[in-house]
Amino acid sequence: MTAAAHHPPSARSVTRRPGRISLPMDVWRRRLLIAIVVTYVTILVLAPIAALISGALADGIGAVVRALSQPDVLSAFWRTLSIALITVVVHSICGTALAWVLVRHRFPGRWLLNGLIDLPFAVSAVVVGYMLLLLFGRTSLLAPVLQALNLKVAFALPGMILATLFVTLPFMVRELIPVLKEFGVEQEQAAATLGASGWQTFWLVTFPALRWGFIYGLTLTFARALGEFGAVLVIGGGVQGRTETATLYIFRALDERQYVGAYSAALVLGLISLAIVLGSDLLRQKEK
Amino acid sequence: MNTIASSWPHPKAGASSPWGRRGVRTVALTYLTVMLIIPLAVIFQDGLRAGLGGLWQSILSPIAWHALKLTLWTAAVMAIINTVMGMLTAYVLVRYSFPGKALLNGLVDLPLAIPTLVTGVMLVVLYGPQTALGSWLAREFGWRIIFAPPGIILALLFITFPFVVRAVQPVLQSLDREQEEAAATLGAGPWTIFRRVTLPALWLPLTTGTLLSFARAIGEFGAIVIVAGNIPLRSQTAAVYVLGEVESENRLGASAMSVVMLMLAFGLILVVDWLQRGRQTSRDE
Repeated sequence: MTAAAHHPPSARSVTRRPGRISLPMDVWRRRLLIAIVVTYVTILVLAPIAALISGALADGIGAVVRALSQPDVLSAFWRTLSIALITVVVHSICGTALAWVLVRHRFPGRWLLNGLIDLPFAVSAVVVGYMLLLLFGRTSLLAPVLQALNLKVAFALPGMILATLFVTLPFMVRELIPVLKEFGVEQEQAAATLGASGWQTFWLVTFPALRWGFIYGLTLTFARALGEFGAVLVIGGGVQGRTETATLYIFRALDERQYVGAYSAALVLGLISLAIVLGSDLLRQKEK
Repeated sequence: MNTIASSWPHPKAGASSPWGRRGVRTVALTYLTVMLIIPLAVIFQDGLRAGLGGLWQSILSPIAWHALKLTLWTAAVMAIINTVMGMLTAYVLVRYSFPGKALLNGLVDLPLAIPTLVTGVMLVVLYGPQTALGSWLAREFGWRIIFAPPGIILALLFITFPFVVRAVQPVLQSLDREQEEAAATLGAGPWTIFRRVTLPALWLPLTTGTLLSFARAIGEFGAIVIVAGNIPLRSQTAAVYVLGEVESENRLGASAMSVVMLMLAFGLILVVDWLQRGRQTSRDE
């Protein structure tokens, strides 16, 4: 998604066009357009961020630390972190396999699968949670099976992990597909000709070429998993101390008018996601 | 892993691949079926339990219908503003150089990195009724932002800001400027050049970016439930309505609205996919 994120300032946009004198009109139009865009971004993006920072720090940094070091807040953050980690591990295996199959294999219905992969981008998180509730809830088809196996999925961690997996499905796959396509098969064929096994070819030839797409997919998945809210709310129920994640804590704290706690947790969560995404952006730029 | 692999006896080239292929394909397709197809099938089956008529009836109940209409019109207003401003932002980023351009370019991606719930909290802190700005706007102009449609539109604009910019930017960058220069030589004004030469070349990324942001907006929940609250017939959107129906155990209501939202999302994604495929084949030729 952010593949086009960072352009080196292109020489073309810097050099003046030959044969045209820039009239005062042109200069003013240019200034006006830049001013409009800068104002828009300031009002839309920067002002809310500044408001959150000042809101969280309104009672001083001590209040933030106190609010965040409450045991239920810490356990909520810890729960979020473990769900995100599990999600990342599962998607690094299954997401890679999925991207591989979609690029390298030909089978009927492939175009439909290709469309389905993007569906979690657009499906409402609430609907995702609700689908899982229909599947695993008290009155579902699977309920007797789950009961017999003594498995609790709805209103428990497994359901929340499934919900997060659903929501983050496209990230790894979409990062890897273009890289796999670009890499092609020549080098793999060369390796196979030299006697490498399928696994050897994958680990020694293909994977190193995918490495950056893989890392980028991982970080996007992780950041998205940290911020998931609607789906884990519906399937997890947000029971304090049991199924409450960081986002669910923020929701409850706002409801209970514990503003310092809500704002500080929101700020910390936003900063963590931001640091992850920016960090991987920097890594990628360095690589290029 | 690769130490294990390299200790294996070397098979003849490609000998193990049919099994490996089949194994990987089975894993991938099973995963997709379990994760995506089964849950989707269950919700469609549940939504259509009472037949299409039952689904319609449930959608046409006053509260559900209001929620759906609110979702669609706020998303449409967002899409219009986002298309114009996204286009303009991409144009400024590609065509002009000015101090702070790199920072502006980085800021465009920021909304992708921030959880939408946090976006909602930010807007409440900025425009909420207790805050300085929020109470001033309400007093001076009678504008209510939070718990009202303007808040929903602002939240959606924040979340979808990168969609149009990042769709248009690469196309604008690779656009050949000779045609524009030719038009200028022939005496066309800057607005005519933009409208007649530049814009037609950008319609595809503009359309896909707009459609994707619209699809994204229909399902948005985290930011909206914070900004708009859950007031039926006033500020309740479709996603928040589903939550309410789930909580009050009205299964038909929740399933019917979910099916409608899914159909809209899938339809829009297929259209975008089809548009993009058309471009790819025409480029290959």
